[in-house]
Amino acid sequence: MKHNYGTAILSAFEYLLENYSDAVVIGQGLWSPWYVGNSMTNLDKKFGVERIIDTPVSESACTGAAVGAALAGMKPIVVHPRMDFMLYAMDAIVNQAAKWSHMTGGQASCGVTIRAIINRGGEQGAQHSQSLHAWFAHVPGLRVVMPSTVSDARDLLIASVLSPDPVMYIDDRWLYDLEDTLEPVSEIDLTKEGPKILRSGSDITIVASGYAARLALEAAAELDVLGIASEVIDLRILNPLNPELIIDSVGKTRHLAVIDGGWKTCGIAGEILASVAENTIPGALKKQPIRIMLPDAPAPTSIALEKNYYPSATNIVERISLIFGRS
Amino acid sequence: MDDFLLQELSDPDHFQEPISIENIDSDTLIRYLNGMLRIRYAERRLARGKKEGDIGGPVHLGVGQEAIAVGISGNLRKTDRIFGAHRSHSHVLSMGADLYRLFAEVLGKDDGLSRGMGGSMHLWDQANGFYGSVPIVSGTVPLAVGAALAAKLQNTEDVGVIYLGDGAVEEGVVHESLNLARVMGVPVLFVVENNLFASHMHISLRQPKYATARFAVANDMLYEIVDGNDVVKMHQTSKNLISYARTNSMPVFLEAVTYRWYGHVDWREDIDVGVNRSEEEVAAWRKRDPVARLVCAMLARGVYSEDDIESLELRIEKETEIAWQQAKESHYPPHSALLGRVYASKMYD
Repeated sequence: MKHNYGTAILSAFEYLLENYSDAVVIGQGLWSPWYVGNSMTNLDKKFGVERIIDTPVSESACTGAAVGAALAGMKPIVVHPRMDFMLYAMDAIVNQAAKWSHMTGGQASCGVTIRAIINRGGEQGAQHSQSLHAWFAHVPGLRVVMPSTVSDARDLLIASVLSPDPVMYIDDRWLYDLEDTLEPVSEIDLTKEGPKILRSGSDITIVASGYAARLALEAAAELDVLGIASEVIDLRILNPLNPELIIDSVGKTRHLAVIDGGWKTCGIAGEILASVAENTIPGALKKQPIRIMLPDAPAPTSIALEKNYYPSATNIVERISLIFGRS
Repeated sequence: MDDFLLQELSDPDHFQEPISIENIDSDTLIRYLNGMLRIRYAERRLARGKKEGDIGGPVHLGVGQEAIAVGISGNLRKTDRIFGAHRSHSHVLSMGADLYRLFAEVLGKDDGLSRGMGGSMHLWDQANGFYGSVPIVSGTVPLAVGAALAAKLQNTEDVGVIYLGDGAVEEGVVHESLNLARVMGVPVLFVVENNLFASHMHISLRQPKYATARFAVANDMLYEIVDGNDVVKMHQTSKNLISYARTNSMPVFLEAVTYRWYGHVDWREDIDVGVNRSEEEVAAWRKRDPVARLVCAMLARGVYSEDDIESLELRIEKETEIAWQQAKESHYPPHSALLGRVYASKMYD
């Protein structure tokens, strides 16, 4: 069936709510979900306001309540229409959900899913634009999931909710129009998922996640024209990170670029570079690896500054061409 | 009115007389006394263990506050969802937690309530209704609301209970949680153990009024303020509130005024580090002892003789010591526990 990224998320919600009576959704705007594109339309009408819970403006208490409901055996999904506002809920996510299994000696766990949406651009500025996935990938106990494809948007959401662990599911408004067909749902085990090759190539390994993986694919098509064959790896699961596929790929291509929508300093790209450096012999890379990320500045509002702030396919092509001495 | 009552309750020269035990049968009184003494001896043993160096981590002791949890827990089911905070030994013991397992936990042993992974500040005993305690002030408050919301969605008629201190009401998430619980009709009991201190600071230096129940009023919630050192009053007041929460699926609020004899953490009285805490004040509060006030009432009615009390205390002291020694001798968690419990479902099986 024909879908886009947004309706794929919607179909994951429908699947979960139809098949799991203990699945509930809580968050702001759910009874008028215009904040979240087409990804939650009419869930309240279809499944009732008891299970699709619109809330007061209380990110902290609502996330904490979802954590508590998970401890009491439910499968709650808490929705943060914009990741920036979710920062009020850091205690519930980092101190509580992420620690529960370890602190209780594995006797209990917190199967909450936190859907954090990246919503940026359009001159929204510093507090309406952040991509903080790397922060959460730093925390042991949290699983961090970033789908870049239509099928992952649906299937990784279902897998996140069925996981007994707390999962940060991060989707991106810039991907909602991406189209693809979807097969009927087949449940997958999140613990078995990891990075995936989206496109094979022999000259350079490009690693990215979420929207950056789409940019990487666009850039790879243009690089082909220049005679540079790119292997694009979609990270998908940022924590716990399994870098094996990337290390193997770099062993083949001997070149590495990491594209990411977060800041450079202490970002996920640095972690990828470190994993490759630690697990390959000196000289394994023929050229210095590169990171293409946000500059270390908050998002600007002015269009003049914003247009150069986010990585673009053109930008990626230019940087990678330079590695190979072409332009 | 509330402030007037609270001013009186917070004055240690009041409420020192034996508690009223009219119409309470002897078995119930004996149960209260047993429950409170079990907690008191356990915490005194922990104080000694900390002082003598057997315990590594911090222990937050609630000696003097035993009547609150004992009074409330008598109205709870094992299927209710109880959450605590940093000072929660009494909350978990009053629900029936095994003393050996509590001691083992504080000592970081594998047989502990949290398999030795939590220590005194992260207790867990879900089989007895205790969903967990954490030391981040107010961290468990929204969790209790969520667990109680789950009870409502699951149609179990169970309630949530959250123990918090007077310091916790200074955290923003408590106010979000009170509002959320009220607007969503969540069956949860908020228990503020108002012992007048947050760490070293007296409430008069932190809040414009003593009565934290003003936040129940602000959230249109049924509430009571009660002498937290009167186990009979604690039991009866919480009984009515819990019954209301269960029947009507609504949040309720109970402010219990009390005092901790030890300082914020470990075995010292912390007279020196307490702002507005004095030797005279601690001595006065010791006279409002929830155990002694019950004992006096029981002696006066002839429920127990002096000898009965003495032999009861001896028995509990002995049981406590046996549990302590057993816990000391038990083994530590395996090294594999460090990485093996980070996720419920591991990445590599």
